Formats: sequence, structure tokens, C-alpha cells
Amino acid sequence: MVARLRIWPPYLFPSPRGVSEALWAGFADHSFWIAIAVSMKRIAVGYALSVTIGVLLGLLMATSKFLERTLGGLMVSLQSLPSICWLPMAVLWFGLSEKAILFVIVMGSVLSVTISMETGRKQMPKIYAMAGRNLGARGLKLFLFVLFPASLPYVLTGLKQGWAFAWRSLIAGEMIFVSLGLGQLLMMGRDLNDMNQVIAVMILIIAIGYIVDGLIFRTFERRLQYKWGLTPTT
Amino acid sequence: MTTSPQQLTNADRHYVTLPVAGWPTSDVSEIRKLQVAVEGETPKVALNDITLEYKANGSPLLALDRINLQVKAGEFLCIVGPSGCGKSTLLHLIAGLQQPSSGTVLIDGEPIHGPGTDRILIFQELGLFPWLTVADNVEFGLKMKGIPTAERKRKAGYYLRLVQLSQFADSYIHQLSGGMRQRVALARALATEPDVLLMDEPFAALDAQTRDLLHDELERIWAQTGRTIIFVTHNVREAARLGDRVAVFTFRPGRIKREFAVDQPRPRQIEHPAISRCAKEILDDLREEINKSLEQEYRVTS
Repeated sequence: MVARLRIWPPYLFPSPRGVSEALWAGFADHSFWIAIAVSMKRIAVGYALSVTIGVLLGLLMATSKFLERTLGGLMVSLQSLPSICWLPMAVLWFGLSEKAILFVIVMGSVLSVTISMETGRKQMPKIYAMAGRNLGARGLKLFLFVLFPASLPYVLTGLKQGWAFAWRSLIAGEMIFVSLGLGQLLMMGRDLNDMNQVIAVMILIIAIGYIVDGLIFRTFERRLQYKWGLTPTT
Repeated sequence: MTTSPQQLTNADRHYVTLPVAGWPTSDVSEIRKLQVAVEGETPKVALNDITLEYKANGSPLLALDRINLQVKAGEFLCIVGPSGCGKSTLLHLIAGLQQPSSGTVLIDGEPIHGPGTDRILIFQELGLFPWLTVADNVEFGLKMKGIPTAERKRKAGYYLRLVQLSQFADSYIHQLSGGMRQRVALARALATEPDVLLMDEPFAALDAQTRDLLHDELERIWAQTGRTIIFVTHNVREAARLGDRVAVFTFRPGRIKREFAVDQPRPRQIEHPAISRCAKEILDDLREEINKSLEQEYRVTS
């Protein structure tokens, strides 16, 4: 409707038809598929890394008073830093490479995972750790089979938030160079003055974010609620 | 070692008919001491001068004061005391989840080093794992021991049948009633096949009917498996119903005030007059301590 009014020229405000044509063309010449595949691979690696680091760091902080006092404040203050701010550092350290993008993803999402893991570990009833030790769980086994699953309900929000941050950081990171991902596709649209493509890619980014949240996290959340007997909060 | 209570009394009788020079044969407690000395039988659990002190609001508080206690293999010992007397803490010490300020816990004459699967504690709040099914909960201890899956499943199946929960193997904990959860906790503890089962007021939160039922089951399982049980409760009738021996704790600092032997045949029933008489006798002794604990409570709250 707004497009029909032709207040702005089409290259600034494209019509739905133009956008859907761009979407169709993108999928038809495989450029969207390739971009999605590349971006998904990056986010998978980056997110896995940041969850691993975040969970371990969070647990360490929850067990060590020293780490909590030293790193705790730093974590919270660093979290207020937008993830794009890590970009210059990433480029200087790793150059225009895959590593730079991974670095931005990890830095953007690891903090929320760490903080939620730390608070999750603290909120978790002590009885589980005691029962686990009592039944012969030690060290890594205690962590893998007791502490981690016991803290999941408390950590899940953090994991979700971490995913959202990781996704944003990824797109931002991809914008900086010819990286084949969705972010680069977006920048290409800008460079070519192709507003239809810009909007099409934006829709794609939103859709993927929504699908991952809906399919993976919701399913996971529902399973957890079923097992623990928690009432679903919707 | 699987000694049923019946065999234990036979052994006692055996010693009564075998007088040893220099020992008064009429005194049963002396005979028991003698039995240990002659047979060289080390007690399953021995607490030597256990003292626990901790700081509460800056001032040191003596929670347990020189506890000396011996439990024979296959014995069912109940500990009763007013709330806050440190009886739960004592179980945590035996389980190795906490360290005493001084004194030692011996199992088969050997001092313990931290928690071990030879002593399993059933917590008051159970601590069942909500992220696992009933069967996985029961298998947990075996999994930690590194026992292969097939063997684990077989054992878990056996103990689930023993507590009559086979058809709930795939349920999650929140789907079970209180009594069923108790049974899962019992099966989980038994599955690791501990020598000593430590139970911390396990039936306190249950209704009377369920509790009676679980008393029967516990007695049966105890007789079947021959485990040594140390059972903490504030319910005197429960203690008289279940225990071969009942130890009464004092209130702050926790000390053993007196021990009662409950020489009643099994299976027992809680309504049995002899059990009630026993319970009354124990309660008379305990009342003084309960009053002390109440007095303390009022002083704190007012």
C-alpha cells in the first residue's frame, strides 16, 4: 500500500512484488542457498564454541570465589558492549578471514551463556550435586551427568539469548568482506543499489532466526518442561 | 554378609550357653561385647569420638559431641532425636559428604575417604534427578561405576520389581506420587548394592497409610538383601517398628543419650501392643530433649 503511493522512488521503497521476485531469483540461481549454507555452518561452529566456553567458564565462576570476584564484574560490563565493537579487533588479529567472523560470533554470545550458566549453577538446588556425589559421580562425570543437566532449566534462557546474539554477530561479521554469507549478500544489495535484494535478504535473516528459535529451542524447551513437569509458559 | 535378624539372636543364645571364665553370663550387654571379642568381628560401621563444630552467626556451635556408635553387619539401627539435634548431619558424615571436626568413621575397621558407593544415603528430600526417567535414575549409580548397559538394565529391572515399580520405569519423577518417589529413591540406593544404607527421615512427608505400607516393604527388602541400615527419624513409633536397636539423641549438642534394644519378632506391625510399649518407653526418654528443643525455639522466636 505504502509502495503504491509512490511517495518514494522504488529503489528506496520497493514493492512487495519486486521483493518476492528478488527472493525467487535468489533461490533460483542458488545464491541464497549457498549463502544460507555458509552462514549456517559458521553459526553452528561459532555457537558450539561459545556454548562450550560459556558453560565451562560459568561453572568455574560459580565454584571459585576468586574468579567470580575478578571476572564477574568484567563479564557484566563487557556484555553491554555491542558485538560489532569486536570487529576491528577481530580484523586486526585474524585479518579478513573465517577466524575473524568466528571470533565476533563467540565474543558476541559467550558472555550471556557464561552469566546464565553461573547464575544457573548457583540457583540449582544443592541436593542434586550431593546426590550425584553420593552415588559415585566425580569430576567430569559429575559435571556431565549431574551439574549440567540439573542447571539446564535455569540456563536455557541464556542459551537462547546467546543464540540470538550469535546470529546478529554473524551477520554483522559477514558484512565486512566477501564472505559468501547472508551478511555479504545484504551488503551486495546495497552496493548494487538493489533495494529488492536488501529487503529479500532481511526477510531471509528474520525467517531463519525465527525458524531456529521455533524449531530447535521451542522443541527443546517443551521436552524439558515435559520431563521436569514444569508448566509451559506461553 | 547376609545375616537375618533371626540368626543374630541365635548367635546370642549360643554364647549364653557357652560360659567363659571371668565373665558374668547373665549380663547380655557383656555377652555381646564378649562375642565381638571372641569372634574378632569388626562392626560394619563404627563411629569413634565423632565431634562436629561449626560457626553459626560468628559463634561456634557444637553440633555433635563425641558420638561413639557401632553398628553390626545386617543390623537395623534407628536414631531418634528432636529436630536440630544433628542426626541428619551424622548421616552426612557417615556418607562422607561432610567432614567431622574430630573423630573417625570406620567401615569394616577402615577409615573412610569421602563419599563411596559402599554407603548410600537416601536424602530427606530424595534428590531424584528430574531429567531422567525412573529406570535411568535407578541405573545412575551403576552407570557411574562403569557397568555395561545390559548388566545395568538387568539390575535396575530387578530392583524396580523389588519396590514394585516396574510399570513406571519410563515415567519421569514428577509424574509419580510421594510414596512412589520414595520407592524410586530406595531402588536407586539399593541398585548400587551398598553395604550400608543411610536413610534420613525418608517417610516424614508421607501420609500414614503410605508410610505403613513402606515400613512393611522396607522390612521385607532389608530381610531379603541383608543390608545394614541406619535410619534417622523423629517418629518414635516408626523407630520402634523398624529398628533392632534405637539410639536416642540429646538436643544440642547431639549426644547419644541412651540405646534401646527392640527384641520383637519380625515381620512386625506398628499397631502391635509390644511395639507401642517400646515406643512409649523411648518417648518418655526423648520427651525431655524435645522440651529442651522447643524451649530453645521459643527463646529464639520471642
